[in-house]
Amino acid sequence: MPVTTVGTTAVHVDAEGFLTDYDEWDEQLGADLAARIGIDLTDAHWRAIRFLRTDYVEQGETATLRRVSMLAGIPIKDLFTLFPGKPAKKMAYIAGLPKPHGCV
Amino acid sequence: MRHLVILGGGTAGTMAANKLRRRLDRRQWQMTVVDQDDVHVYQPGLLFIPFGAYRPEDVVRPRRRFLPHGVALVLGEIDRVDPAAHTVALTDGRRLAYDYLVIATGTSPRPDQTAGMLGPQWRRSIFDFYTLDGATALATALRDFGGGRLVVHIVDMPIKCPVAPLEFAFLAEAYFRHRGMRDRVELVYATPLPGAFTKPIASAQLGSMLAERKIAVESDFMVEHIDPDAKTLVSYDEREIPFDLLVTVPLNMGADWVARSGLNDELNYVPVDKHTQLAKGHDDIFALGDAANIPTSKAGSVAHFSVDVFVDNFLAYIDGQAMTGSFDGHANCFVESGDGQGLLIDFNYDTEPLPGTYPLPVAGPFRLLNQSRLNHWGKLAFRWLYWHLLLPGRPIPLPARMSMAGKRRPDPRPDKE
Repeated sequence: MPVTTVGTTAVHVDAEGFLTDYDEWDEQLGADLAARIGIDLTDAHWRAIRFLRTDYVEQGETATLRRVSMLAGIPIKDLFTLFPGKPAKKMAYIAGLPKPHGCV
Repeated sequence: MRHLVILGGGTAGTMAANKLRRRLDRRQWQMTVVDQDDVHVYQPGLLFIPFGAYRPEDVVRPRRRFLPHGVALVLGEIDRVDPAAHTVALTDGRRLAYDYLVIATGTSPRPDQTAGMLGPQWRRSIFDFYTLDGATALATALRDFGGGRLVVHIVDMPIKCPVAPLEFAFLAEAYFRHRGMRDRVELVYATPLPGAFTKPIASAQLGSMLAERKIAVESDFMVEHIDPDAKTLVSYDEREIPFDLLVTVPLNMGADWVARSGLNDELNYVPVDKHTQLAKGHDDIFALGDAANIPTSKAGSVAHFSVDVFVDNFLAYIDGQAMTGSFDGHANCFVESGDGQGLLIDFNYDTEPLPGTYPLPVAGPFRLLNQSRLNHWGKLAFRWLYWHLLLPGRPIPLPARMSMAGKRRPDPRPDKE
């Protein structure tokens, strides 16, 4: 696994830059990752990111948009506004989680 | 006397009933299958109905015919399962007590989950083809289609048989070409995925097949609502795709009774251990086939391979032994590509579909991820195999565990998207 430096921290990432070690992440790193893709994290962003982090521990998989929407109570439309273009992928990237497998 | 209740007499439930009836002592085990009707639909055949290649009567049989002697079929609608009381309640008030429960009630298209889908255009210019009614109605609509923009569309993943919408697009392209009207039909493939398919190597191959056929791909398209008056799909990020004819795959969800019983995830699938199918948090409930939340294709081949693993595990489990079999997520699907050609893909939880060959004595080898006439004939022959070997649970020389024999990994490409 390649190692890259985000902010001042060295972390393990996959070929697309997604963190591969859950425990290497903290909120400062999340903010730095968000800045890399042009997102300034507000409270609304953090609600989604924190849900993703907690849910991953319980489920072992990155939550889909529909799951975030239903369980965290954030409308999908809002997720598209907060993380424009590819919200599921961007949220996983910022939260330091694997890219959600678009399922199979 | 112990009682095994199987909810659902579809592909997974019927196979499990047949295989287990042979292995469970009749003096000790009573078996019951519950379904809401006595109509078993050969679902892979639905794809061919819109193009007039199959008629509705080619794909339906009574469920009863495929259940063995010694398995009771109860027809009724499930209200809910009470896991604490170990009972299944039907909506007509009947109640079944179980020692072990197998949930195999599958997944269903839910057009009611997208605003505007079930409006005035439903079955006029908006169709699905995953139901017998929808596929049959679409046959008429395609026959009468004079030209314009045909949009093939997926609401969200996961869906049952995830290659079927691609197959539909390929077959539609061939259908209009053979009728001499291809130049009057614009074909668009709208998907929530970043490309043609979920996995990169297959996505590149299938994507180039769409491009060769001049089928435009609208990727990362998550529909928010359908405007039936403007006949337009509108996405969450406010992109619009107008259509003259829409062939959509509605949101797929597990049965509502699963949610009423508190056994559901956000799409009403039953969370299970992905290697044993045992429901999380329960020691007497398993879920098989499309009803389970395992991260592989919702497909008959998955039901088949996982039931093989499940049966041996179940027999050990009820004897108090450890379940040593481990399902690997194996899926194996023929993909129709039009003009009498097809592809074959073979993959599991860890290995994406790869090119190469799939070895099979006598009939094979089949070409993987590449078109061939043999793959098309394989797909058509499968209907016979399904009714006569697969559902009755007779041995089929397809190993449950995926094999790397014949597969090769192409050179990594620099562009991975």
